[in-house]
Amino acid sequence: MQKSATFVRKEMLQAQEPPTSERGAIKWVRENLFSSALNSVLTIVGLVAAFLVIKAALPWLLHSVWNANSLGECRDIIAARYGEGATGACWAVVRERWHQYLFGFYPQELFWRPTMAFGLMFVALAPVLYYGNQRVNTIMTGVVSILTILALIGISLAFPQTIGGVEAGALAVLVAALVLGGLTAVAWLAPKRLLYFTLLYPAVGFYLLWGGSIWGPIGTLAGFAVLVVVYNLTKGQLGVVVGTGAGVVAAAIWWLAIQSHVTGALHSVLPLGTAHVDSDEFGGFLLAFVIGVTAIAASLPMGILLALGRRSDMPLIKALSVGFIEFIRGVPLITMLFTASLLLQYFLPPRSNFDLILRVIILVTFFSAAYIAEVIRGGLAALPRGQYEAADALGLDYWQAQRLIVMPQALKISIPGIVSSFIGLFKDTTLVALVGLHDPLQGVTKVVRAAIEWKGIYWEPYIFVGLIFFACCFSMSRYSMYLERKLKRDHR
Amino acid sequence: MAYVASAPKEPFRLSMLVYDTRYRSYTIQIVVLFLFLAFLAWLLNNTIENLAAKDKDINFSFLFQRAGYDIDQQLIPYTNDSTHGRALFVGLFNTLIVAFFGCILATIIGVFAGVLRLSGNWVVARLMTLYVETFRNIPLLLWIILAFVIFSETAPAPRDFRVTDEMVAAGEAPSAHKILFDSIAFTNRGMNIPRPYLDHPLGSINVLDVPINLSGLAVLALIAIGMWVNGRLLGHAKAVQEETGIRPVTWWKSLVVLFVPVIVLLFALGLHWEIPELKGFNFQGGINVAHSFTALLIAISLYTGAFIAEAVRAGILAISRGQTEAAFALGLRPGRTMRLVILPQALRVIIPPLISQYLNLTKNTTLGMAISYLDLKGTLGGITLNQTGRELECMLLMMAIYLVLSLIIASGMNVFNTAMKLKER
Repeated sequence: MQKSATFVRKEMLQAQEPPTSERGAIKWVRENLFSSALNSVLTIVGLVAAFLVIKAALPWLLHSVWNANSLGECRDIIAARYGEGATGACWAVVRERWHQYLFGFYPQELFWRPTMAFGLMFVALAPVLYYGNQRVNTIMTGVVSILTILALIGISLAFPQTIGGVEAGALAVLVAALVLGGLTAVAWLAPKRLLYFTLLYPAVGFYLLWGGSIWGPIGTLAGFAVLVVVYNLTKGQLGVVVGTGAGVVAAAIWWLAIQSHVTGALHSVLPLGTAHVDSDEFGGFLLAFVIGVTAIAASLPMGILLALGRRSDMPLIKALSVGFIEFIRGVPLITMLFTASLLLQYFLPPRSNFDLILRVIILVTFFSAAYIAEVIRGGLAALPRGQYEAADALGLDYWQAQRLIVMPQALKISIPGIVSSFIGLFKDTTLVALVGLHDPLQGVTKVVRAAIEWKGIYWEPYIFVGLIFFACCFSMSRYSMYLERKLKRDHR
Repeated sequence: MAYVASAPKEPFRLSMLVYDTRYRSYTIQIVVLFLFLAFLAWLLNNTIENLAAKDKDINFSFLFQRAGYDIDQQLIPYTNDSTHGRALFVGLFNTLIVAFFGCILATIIGVFAGVLRLSGNWVVARLMTLYVETFRNIPLLLWIILAFVIFSETAPAPRDFRVTDEMVAAGEAPSAHKILFDSIAFTNRGMNIPRPYLDHPLGSINVLDVPINLSGLAVLALIAIGMWVNGRLLGHAKAVQEETGIRPVTWWKSLVVLFVPVIVLLFALGLHWEIPELKGFNFQGGINVAHSFTALLIAISLYTGAFIAEAVRAGILAISRGQTEAAFALGLRPGRTMRLVILPQALRVIIPPLISQYLNLTKNTTLGMAISYLDLKGTLGGITLNQTGRELECMLLMMAIYLVLSLIIASGMNVFNTAMKLKER
C-alpha cells in the first residue's frame, strides 16, 4: 500500500465570516460615509449642519402651543410651562385662522359648498387619473366620499348654523351622503359611467362655488347640447368638417345671443337657486385650487393645439402659434396678471365687466399653455418619423393619426415635463395676491399678520402654507412617476 | 414601362375647398387669417372706444416728466427730480443686477447640489435630496417673503450695537455685533457693507448723463488683459505639452498675471475701505444693501439652484455608465473622472435646461414686488404706472423690455450652446 504524498481535501471548508470591518453596519458606514477623506469631511459637515438645525427646531416644535388667543398668550404659556426664555411654536394661529387659510372670506354658513366641490373634484378625477384601473377607481371614490362627509361633519360642528329651525350642517351632511353614496354606487357597479360625471363636473363645481340661479349653468350646458344636436343633424348631408363648424356656430349663437334671455325668463318663472357668492369673497387655498385646477384642465388641450400648430405645414398657423408661444414665454407671469387686472378693460368692449378671477384664470391658462406646448413639441419631435409615415400608410387622416398614433406616444414621452409645468402653475397661483386677490400666502397671511393679536408671528403661518403646497406638489410629482411606470411599454 | 398615369383631371368644384387635401390648407389658412384680422380689429376698436370713453390717448411723453419718487437702490444717479424714463432705467438695472448675481449663485449652488445628490455619501445625498424637494415644491413667493420677514424682524436694531460709557464701565457687551471682522452691520433696516474708497481716483466721465467711473474701468481693463495673457500662457503650456509630453508649471505665472497688476493698481490708487459706523440712530458710511435685495437674491438663488441641481443630475445620469467605468479602468480617481470625463459630456445635456432656468430666474425677479424691491416692475409697472395712470403704455413698454431681455439672454446662451456642442465631422 502506497502512501499518498499529497493531501487532498475531500469536503468543503465552512465559509468564514468576513472580517468585522467588512460586514454589517461597519461596512455600510465605511462605504457610504467615510470612503475617502473628502467624504468623511462632507459627512461630518452634513451631520453637524443637520444637528444644528434639529437642535434649533426640535425644542421649538416640542414646545408647541395649540390653545391660545394671541401670540402674547402663546408666549406666556410657553414661558410658564418650559421656563423663561424657552422658544416654542404657536400653532394656535392655525387653529384660530384655519378657515381663512382654506376658504378666505367665503361666507361661513356656506363652507359646505366648497368642501363638497373639492370632494366631488376627486370623484370626477378618479376615472381620469386611474383610467382602466376600476378597483383603484372605486376605492378612491369611496375614500373621498368618507373623507368629504367627515370634513362636512367637522365644519358643521365648528360653525353651527340653523336655518328655519333645521340644523343646516346636518342637512348638508345628509345631501352630501346621498350624492356621494350614489356616486360610489355608480363607481362600484358601472365604473365607466363615472366619466359622464367627470364631463358634468365643471358645471357642478362652478355652481357649488358661486351659487346663484341654477339656470345659468344649465343654459351653458344647453349650449353644448345644441352643438351636438346641430352636428348630428348636419353631419349626414354636409360631412364632418362642415357639421362641426355648423355646430360650433350654432352653440356660439346660443351662448352669446339667446342664452341670457332664455335663462332670464326661466328664472323669473321658476326662481330656483342658492345664495350667490361674490368672487372677491374667495380666498386662501380655495382660490389657489379654483385657479390652479381650472387652468390646468384648460391649458392641456390648448397646449396640445398650440404644439400641433407650431409643427403644422401651414405657414400662417405656424406663424401664429410661434408668435403666441414665444411672446408668452418671454414675459413674466406677473405682467400677464397685471394685463388681466389692468389692460383687459381696454381690450374688451366698453362697459363689459367680468370677474377678476375669471380674467386671471384665462391669462394663467394662456401662460401655462405656452409652456405645455413647448413640452409637447419636444415629445412630438422625439417620435420617430416612421410613426407618422405608418399612420399615413394606414390611410388615417390628420386628426385620426394624431388621436390614435401620434398623441398617445408623444404625450407619454412628455408626461414629466407636463406635470412639472402643472406643479409650476399651481405654485404660481400664489402670485395672484399681487393683483389684489386673497391667495393663501400673501393675501391671507398678510391679513393674519396684520391682526393685532398675531402681530410678529412669521414662522408658523409660512410653515403651514408651505406644508400644504409641498403636499400638493409632491403628490403630483409622485403621481407622474406612477403614470410613467404604468405607461411604460418597452421591456428593458 | 410606366403604369402610372396622371390622375384624371377633375373639374374644380367648390366642395374641393373643404374635402380636397390640395386646397383644404388654403381654405383653413384664409379662414384663420380672416378670423385673426377680425379679432385684431375688434381689439383695436375696443381699445380706441375705451380710450375715448376715458378721455385718454396713447402718449409716451410721460417718460420725460418729473418722476417725483425716491428709489433706495440706484446703480445710476437718480433723485426724485429725475424723469420717469430715468426711473425706468434705474429699475431695469436693479432687475439686471439681481438676475446677474442670482444666475451666478444659483449655478454654483445647483452644480454642487446636483453632483452631491449623486454622491455615494449617504448623508450628503439625502440632505441634498431634502434641499431640492423642499425648494422645488414650495412657491418661490413664500421663500422670498419668508427671507424678507426673517431678515427684517429678527435682525437686531441699530441701537443694539451701541456701546455707551455706562456699558464700558460695567463691562457689558452690546447685544449685537458687526460680523466678518467687524465690518458688516446686519440690522433690521438693512445690511451695511464696507465701501471701497480711493485716495487718488482717476475721476469720471459722463456718457449720456451717466457717470462712468474711470478707476473702475481701469481695474476691469487690467482684469481683462490679465485673463487674455493667462489664456495665451495656458495655450502655450498646452502646445509644449503636446510637443514634448511635459507640461510646464503655470500656476504661479497665472497667479502673477491675474492678480499682481490689479493689486499694484489698487495700491497706487490708494484703496481703503470705508467701514460703516453707528452714528445717531443708524449706521453711516459704507454701502447700505436693502433687505429686499438680499432676501430676493438669496431666495431666488436657492429656489433656482434646486431646479439647476435637477438639470445637472439629469445631465450626469444621461452619460452612460461605460464612460465612468472606462475612466476607472484608466486609473482616474473619482474626482478627476467627474471633472475630466463626466462633466464635460454632461455639460452638453445640461446647457439647454440651464438656459431656460436663467430665463425663469430673470422673469422671477419681478416677484421682488411682493417685498417692495424696486425693479423694472416696481418702477415702470408700479409707481410710474400708478402716478401717471397710463396703464396701456407702461404695461406694453414693460412687456416689450422683458421680451427683449429674454431674447438677448436666450440668444447669448444659444451661442454658448452651439460653441459647446459636440462637433461632428
